[in-house]
Amino acid sequence: MAQNVFAPWDDPTETPLIQFKGVTKRFGDFVAIDNLTQDIYAREFFALLGPSGCGKTTMMRMLAGFEAPSEGQILIAGTDMAHVPPNLRAVNMMFQSYALFPHLSVWDNIAFGLKRERHTKDAVSARVEEMLKLTRLEKFAKRKPHQISGGQRQRVALARSLAKAPKLLLLDEPLGALDKKLRQDTQFELMDIQEKTGTTFVIVTHDQEEAMTVASRVAVMDEGRIMQVSTPAQIYEAPNSVYVADFIGDVNIIEGTASPSVNGYEVRWAEGHAPLVAKASQVLREGQRISLAIRPEKVSISAEKPENSVNAIEGKIIDIAYLGNLSTYHVEVAGGIMVKAQTANTRRLSRRELTWEDKVWLNWTDTAAVVLEQ
Amino acid sequence: MKRMSWFNTVSITLGFVFLYLPMVILVVYSFNASKLVTVWAGFSTKWYVELMGNEAFLDAAWVTVKVAVLSSTLATVLGTMAAYVLVRAGRFHGRTLFSGMIYAPLVMPEVITGLSLLLLFIGIGLDRGIFTIILAHTTFAMCYVSVVVSSRLVSFDRALEEAALDLGCTQFQAFRLVTLPIIAPAVISGWLLAFTLSLDDLVIASFTAGPSATTLPIKIFSAVRLGVSPEINALSTIMIGIVTVGVISASLISKRASLRQQAEEQAAVRT
Ligand SMILES: Nc1ncnc2c1ncn2[C@@H]1O[C@H](COP(=O)(O)OP(=O)(O)OP(=O)(O)O)[C@@H](O)[C@H]1O
Ligand SMILES: [Mg+2]
Repeated sequence: MAQNVFAPWDDPTETPLIQFKGVTKRFGDFVAIDNLTQDIYAREFFALLGPSGCGKTTMMRMLAGFEAPSEGQILIAGTDMAHVPPNLRAVNMMFQSYALFPHLSVWDNIAFGLKRERHTKDAVSARVEEMLKLTRLEKFAKRKPHQISGGQRQRVALARSLAKAPKLLLLDEPLGALDKKLRQDTQFELMDIQEKTGTTFVIVTHDQEEAMTVASRVAVMDEGRIMQVSTPAQIYEAPNSVYVADFIGDVNIIEGTASPSVNGYEVRWAEGHAPLVAKASQVLREGQRISLAIRPEKVSISAEKPENSVNAIEGKIIDIAYLGNLSTYHVEVAGGIMVKAQTANTRRLSRRELTWEDKVWLNWTDTAAVVLEQ
Repeated sequence: MKRMSWFNTVSITLGFVFLYLPMVILVVYSFNASKLVTVWAGFSTKWYVELMGNEAFLDAAWVTVKVAVLSSTLATVLGTMAAYVLVRAGRFHGRTLFSGMIYAPLVMPEVITGLSLLLLFIGIGLDRGIFTIILAHTTFAMCYVSVVVSSRLVSFDRALEEAALDLGCTQFQAFRLVTLPIIAPAVISGWLLAFTLSLDDLVIASFTAGPSATTLPIKIFSAVRLGVSPEINALSTIMIGIVTVGVISASLISKRASLRQQAEEQAAVRT
């Protein structure tokens, strides 16, 4: 994807496929979606990420036509969708609960949508076979949904929503029940399908690695609002809030007060300790409270105090998590703050093992930390 | 399993004797060779044979079956529709009133239902006959169907209908292709219930029947007033047979099939 940059959201001449315009959705007094304005472009792979109950499914259901916005407008391809019923939208949804038809076989479940259109019998069965092959369900075609495993049901649900090759496909946690291998294969299949058919995907996922792998843009949601929308790399490297930084990947947060200095800002974070140095993209006031967000893999750990490092702080190892290819050290520094440092296990045995209770030094560069205003 | 205590054994025996002794006697005497109802003179099926030659009874039986089939079918259609509206339409204006009015005939004394229907038919100048019995039976059987069907619809996963809409079905197609096949056991047992209710109804039928059409229960009732004959015993035995088959299959169908289907439905969603 890196070679030809796909970024319609940066192109002012591009018209979005989906437009949320000031959409609010209330259930009684409860605000599930809070004044949401967001564009999604054709051929995008738009990932929704957020904690349980933040409104991801509700957004999907409004796009599919099962819920009407309490306020605001939803446009698909420029048309206001307010009075378009679900069956007349060129949108298919894979339900979070799968919603497979229990009285129909796997084959008939997948064929269901195709049979509603004017296709010949042969065309339907060719398409179903294709879908069965794609989701590796050929052996289960004749079974009923209750006769297959949870992961297989998920694949049936996916196949059923893909079968009609819709303009817009809504996938509500499509791959959660699959094992890692099959999930990765399916992710690549999805990306492949998208390449071939030009379908626009909106996908809900709890797995941020998945969002990072497949998405053109990621939206991080909280309590009915979108906190940030960016490319996966941007959202990881330049989160705009502590919430987003914390939600996407592991992060160390160190709070302090900023004061401008020759190169960037000095951040006083603990009494009697040298200030930390950080570059900021924004302009900060003298004495402004800020948070530094530093990814664990950008923190180096060493037994001796590193020479000429701008940010070096001392601490004690509290815990070590060995993850095979990586190890994460949990280090307690001044003021009881826990900082995680991650190193790659390139050597089978380090020359000098760091172990529990060891005094160590942590350091990072002045560009490693992201400065977040509070 | 634990052995039953003598107390339980006695109460069960008493209960069943109480319930079924009269019917057993009736069935036994229908095979009596004697014309006298109280004297046993050996086994015979001659009353059944004689019954087959009795035009009046056969006519009444034919009317009864026609009424039962047509009214239970109508009641099933209307009752299912009412149940669907009640369960699905959410909170619409007058919902409580609507549901109350559907279920009221359940507890209404039959005499009152019968009388009010009679008044209505006279009022609109409808000649009493098979048609009015069908209408009357539809009216009172419909609420039973609606109770049976709506209890099934309550546990029906709405997402299935949404999925059908999402895949291009109209509302009606979604109902026909997804909802109906899944709730079919409840609909069928509702039909059987309506069928048996219609079959053995005497009160409402006697209000709404006319000289042109009499149902079997009315016929039996009036015949018995002239004295019990073994022929009537035979006829009643046949009716007991039909009703028993109907009730048992209704309960079997609803129990087995809807339990299985519900299990399947639950199994088909994400765990
Ligand atoms: N029909 C409804 N009536 C009342 N509240 C609802 C309804 N549907 C959703 N909600 C509420 O709206 C909020 C958002 O729900 P939604 O299903 O969109 O969450 P979600 O982000 O998909 O969560 P999850 O990750 O658990 O699936 C929740 O707090 C939920 O309780
Ligand atoms: Mg959800």
